[in-house]
Amino acid sequence: MTSVAIDIGWGTILSIKTVVVLAVIPAGAIILGYTFLLKMMSHMQSRLGPMDPGGFHGWFQLIGDGIKFIQKEDVMPQRADRRVFALAPAVVVIATFMVFVVIPAGPDLIVADLDTGVFYALAVSSLSVVGVLMAGWASANKFALLGALRAGAQLIAYELPLLLAVVGVVVQAGTMSLQGIVASQQNGEIFGWGGIGNPFVLTQIVGFALFLVAAQAELTQAPFDMPVAESELVSGYMVEYTGFRFLFFFIGEFGTAFAFAGLAATLFLGGWSIPHVTDVPVMNVLGPLVLLAKVMFVAFVMFWARFTYPRLREDQLQAVAWKYLIPIGLANIVLTGILKVVF
Amino acid sequence: MAGGAIGVVRSPNIVHAALFLIVVLVGAAAQYIVLLAEFVGITQFFIYIGAIAVLFLFGIMLTRAPMGSRTDFDNDQRWPAAIVAVFLAGVLVALVVDAFGNDKIRLDDQLLETSRTGPVGDSIFRNFVIPFEVVSMLLLAALVGAVVIARRD
Repeated sequence: MTSVAIDIGWGTILSIKTVVVLAVIPAGAIILGYTFLLKMMSHMQSRLGPMDPGGFHGWFQLIGDGIKFIQKEDVMPQRADRRVFALAPAVVVIATFMVFVVIPAGPDLIVADLDTGVFYALAVSSLSVVGVLMAGWASANKFALLGALRAGAQLIAYELPLLLAVVGVVVQAGTMSLQGIVASQQNGEIFGWGGIGNPFVLTQIVGFALFLVAAQAELTQAPFDMPVAESELVSGYMVEYTGFRFLFFFIGEFGTAFAFAGLAATLFLGGWSIPHVTDVPVMNVLGPLVLLAKVMFVAFVMFWARFTYPRLREDQLQAVAWKYLIPIGLANIVLTGILKVVF
Repeated sequence: MAGGAIGVVRSPNIVHAALFLIVVLVGAAAQYIVLLAEFVGITQFFIYIGAIAVLFLFGIMLTRAPMGSRTDFDNDQRWPAAIVAVFLAGVLVALVVDAFGNDKIRLDDQLLETSRTGPVGDSIFRNFVIPFEVVSMLLLAALVGAVVIARRD
């Protein structure tokens, strides 16, 4: 190991890590919002508006949106529960913030390599449900409450397939630490051939599909966007939020999309690793770029589905989770367990 | 955590009480993590906050979700209840201090190793597999019972 040892205190390291994570969330949200929400959707659905501002490909659209949000008046309904109303967007963003703690971007580029890594990530991401329920209730609005209830039912239902999809990977890797999962994919072999390592998307293709579908529902993106259903519930739990508070929800939504894409890339596509490149300083530089490329690929697939399929009905949504995804997930775990013992 | 616990019983609004309960549960999860039981702490977070607290909030909002304060949550037994609570707290603190007052946890490699997920799983499925199975049967029976009671047809 020839990396340069710089002796800095843990306080400095902690603050650097905090700043980096705080910067990654809005940056990730902006990247996804710009590339996919504005540009990809405009191309797919022939939307002219977002392609217009600023001339070339509508590059000014997002900045204009930002200026608009900051200018808006901070409206709060008269009968709203003021403190809960103000706290709700923060809870959603904190849940997103906490997921990024365990996603590795390189051999040393991780805030905390927890032994319970992926379990922790799924646990803290479930905190956002609380924020959504708080927002819907505190708005003192029927539509907001309905949206929040839908969101609560949906997020609980889809947390299970999400977890079951991940168990297959954990069984195969033999660890829940995300660094350990990356390492076992990098060093893995496919029937004795280690040419490309063993990205778990090959052996856990069922788990990967389950994870993407469940993550789509956790993010309340179309075709699972009943909680925000703009044509029925106006905008669901977010209906009373304007200006900066709405921007918090927006950043939370796209930040979480970025986090789930990062989790999927780490669990199934090998994360930051490149097979046969084990030089630590090199991977500390290349790792984030490799991870970003994989995240963009996963996010592309997720947003592709979002812009393609219409919304399901509420009962169909629950049926998909309980009658199909969960049994498939359980069968996948049993199969993975048997194969793990056999080979 | 203690502030949250007081908030649960003092809050005049049932939704606020449920939200304070979440603060208490986060505090409990944090205590597990401080005691090196990382897996238990995160399980606490997942089950109690991700599922049970959300179910509480969900149930309250689905049935009655009053805005503002109501006074009829308090009843005449508040003073006896406070006395019992203080007495119980005194007994527990005295017991814990008496039993573990001078014990110190020595943070060595062996202790860290037993706190990892692998050994925890080993001990659940090897040493404590029968209690584990009994608990899961109990929960299954409770689940079936709830379905039977809820379905009137």
